[in-house]
Amino acid sequence: MAAKVASDWLNACSGCEIAIVDMGERLLTVLDLVEFVHLPALMDHKYYGQMGDGAHLSFPEADLGIISGSIKNEEHLEVALEMRKKCGAIIALGTCATHGGIPALANSWSNDELFTRYYSTETTDPCDAVPADGVPPLLENVSALDEKINVDIYLPGCPPHPDQVFGALAAFLEGKTPELPTKSVCDTCPTKREGKGKIGKLRRFLQAPQYKGADEPLDQMRCLLEQGILCMGPVTRAGCGGDGVVPRCISARVPCRGCYGPVQPGGNQRLDMLNALASNGIDPASLPETVSMLRFSGGHGMLKPARR
Amino acid sequence: MTETRTIKISPITRIEGHASIAIELDDAGNVADSKVHFQSIRGFEKFVEGKPAEELPRIVTRICGICPWHHHVAANKAVDRCFGVKPPPAGQKLRELIQTIAQAEDKLLHFFFLAAADFVIGPDADYAVRNVIGVAKANPDLAKKVVQMRYKAKMMIEKFAGKAIHPVAAVTGGFAKAMTEEDRKLMLEGMREIYDFARFTIDFAKKDIFPKYMDAIQSLGVINTGFIGTVDSAGALNLYDGKIRLMKADGSYTDFDVQDYTDYLGEHVPSWSYGKFPYAKSWKEGFSLDIDNPKGIYRSNTLARINVADHMATPAAQEELEEFRQLFGRPAQATLLYHYARLIEEVYACEHAIEMLEDPEITDPNVRAEAEPKAGRGVGCVEAPRGTLIHDYSTDDNGLITRANMIVGTTHNLGPINMSVDQAARSLIKDGHVDEGILNKVEMAVRAYDP
Ligand code: SF4
Ligand code: SF4
Ligand code: SF4
Repeated sequence: MAAKVASDWLNACSGCEIAIVDMGERLLTVLDLVEFVHLPALMDHKYYGQMGDGAHLSFPEADLGIISGSIKNEEHLEVALEMRKKCGAIIALGTCATHGGIPALANSWSNDELFTRYYSTETTDPCDAVPADGVPPLLENVSALDEKINVDIYLPGCPPHPDQVFGALAAFLEGKTPELPTKSVCDTCPTKREGKGKIGKLRRFLQAPQYKGADEPLDQMRCLLEQGILCMGPVTRAGCGGDGVVPRCISARVPCRGCYGPVQPGGNQRLDMLNALASNGIDPASLPETVSMLRFSGGHGMLKPARR
Repeated sequence: MTETRTIKISPITRIEGHASIAIELDDAGNVADSKVHFQSIRGFEKFVEGKPAEELPRIVTRICGICPWHHHVAANKAVDRCFGVKPPPAGQKLRELIQTIAQAEDKLLHFFFLAAADFVIGPDADYAVRNVIGVAKANPDLAKKVVQMRYKAKMMIEKFAGKAIHPVAAVTGGFAKAMTEEDRKLMLEGMREIYDFARFTIDFAKKDIFPKYMDAIQSLGVINTGFIGTVDSAGALNLYDGKIRLMKADGSYTDFDVQDYTDYLGEHVPSWSYGKFPYAKSWKEGFSLDIDNPKGIYRSNTLARINVADHMATPAAQEELEEFRQLFGRPAQATLLYHYARLIEEVYACEHAIEMLEDPEITDPNVRAEAEPKAGRGVGCVEAPRGTLIHDYSTDDNGLITRANMIVGTTHNLGPINMSVDQAARSLIKDGHVDEGILNKVEMAVRAYDP
């Protein structure tokens, strides 16, 4: 019998769902092996029944629940709790689900501050009150899934590479726990490292790194960090290159920004990066700000509103 | 029937994003009111403050995982302006090339994965088969071809530009890497194949799909509004750059420079949706969603763009546009025609990508100009699949963001989507009679816009 799968997106951008669709022909294989019972991106199953008059949010039972996105409003929380109840195992798909993701940058501000800005831009007409009719109230924070429900399988990445999504599903269907790389992006990066250089300061990414031209293989280019460009490779979990292995941003000659989240589950990318810089004699004060080092992992209480 | 009741369609499915519909029936079982609630608010305008401007093109992509390239490119254009840097021609061309390929790939996704089931399987079919899985089972060869074509486009982008979803390769001052001759050849070959598939798709739709649904096209979700889109200096549709054309329902229009957008567009805040509703402030008639007498309402996205454009810049797309105009006039108002317009744009995007890949300058190694952080303001704009996408940033002396305003493609259509849903609900639900097929048709009025 085909495995039953339910999937939903919470505080998500839909990139993770597109990564599923981007498996190519493997998608058709997956569709043969699993029976989706809930998948709002692609099928019409409704929370309140197909006739729109069900009283409660309801989910069918499933062997596997795939959840992308973090939790930011009451409906996200309700859906996550309900899926936890109805699904045998839960996969947290993508860095929003595993660590908060980019939307968790909002944790540096209060909801009032977010609303005030959004409803008072130069194009926005004055309004008396924040909309409240028929829309789910916001929770105080953006949380990663495991701050609210138990998660069985973590699949970080913003988005995870389609190769990894397929690998994880295939493993699950065979009754195995998918294995994630435990290395850092640097460990899989082919660029040339010449040891501690005398950089001292980092520069902003406003000039191109040095290399001989588009034809030059990546292993001939010097490590971007050693060229004085902040690269989050040392503190970011490997895997973004999928089966092709080379970190995706580095292959485009741009520095890693950390989208797979910390190497160790509880790691703090900002703290770890500042340590890495300091131990290499690089002055972190040369950067205009460092909050962005947590741009993918601001859940788990890592980012909080400053007292203003 | 003596009680009023509310039908809740939640979530609206096979769209990108989070929205629900509430249809209120009066005691006779007729529609008293219907509303589309857009459920999400994330606060990008606030949380980008204080971040180095050059990082924004890698942050704002997370507004949408379906059209990240468009956010990426619009953000880069805005940052270039803040810092007063001008990308070299090849840098501009590479941005435009990938943005155009992303357009082509997105339209296949929308047509086949999100919308097609309503047409191929039928709007009244059981929900368990009325989806891409059902389409794949009903037409395995077509399904295989569709996933192959999308995979091809996505992997082509990934191979050349690193990331296909949440891209990184456009940078302040241009593009991060030059295109090699080998890249160029491979992409050209790939795009030619996708172009053939685009031609196949539009022919297939014109022959086997649209004629069957002519009644629905002429009636479902039909409203009367203005339109917005980008055109080049000759008035041809352009997805990357040009002037913004704002057209009234009667076909008259004004063109403006996007740097002046605040003079033309306003945003209304409703009490029932986190999404704001943009409207044409410059028409000076205010804002109203009344289906019979809308005020300030215009639409964006595929149908809007082919309505505002005088012509298409490539030959096959121009032929398709002429045929379309003969049938439906200019501006065409029927909401389901968004799907038809989508396929015309698909042909254009493929043709234009091929043109660019045949341009020898595309492999010029000079792709990036150096920039210095400074205080400034810049508005960056492209046509995203879902409409005119505007990013407006200001920076301080250190090049950190002090203020951001973004009007996302879909946002322009939030008001019109409400109107189309209301129109569909009122015309389909009578005397308390509702069924799954009817409710799905109400949702089809949303899916046309591809929100
Ligand atoms: S992890 Fe990234 S791709 Fe996935 S939902 Fe979050 S922002 Fe989108
Ligand atoms: S710091 Fe960046 S460029 Fe250097 S090895 Fe690590 S990932 Fe590669
Ligand atoms: S290089 Fe870093 S930022 Fe880029 S895709 Fe990989 S993990 Fe994400």
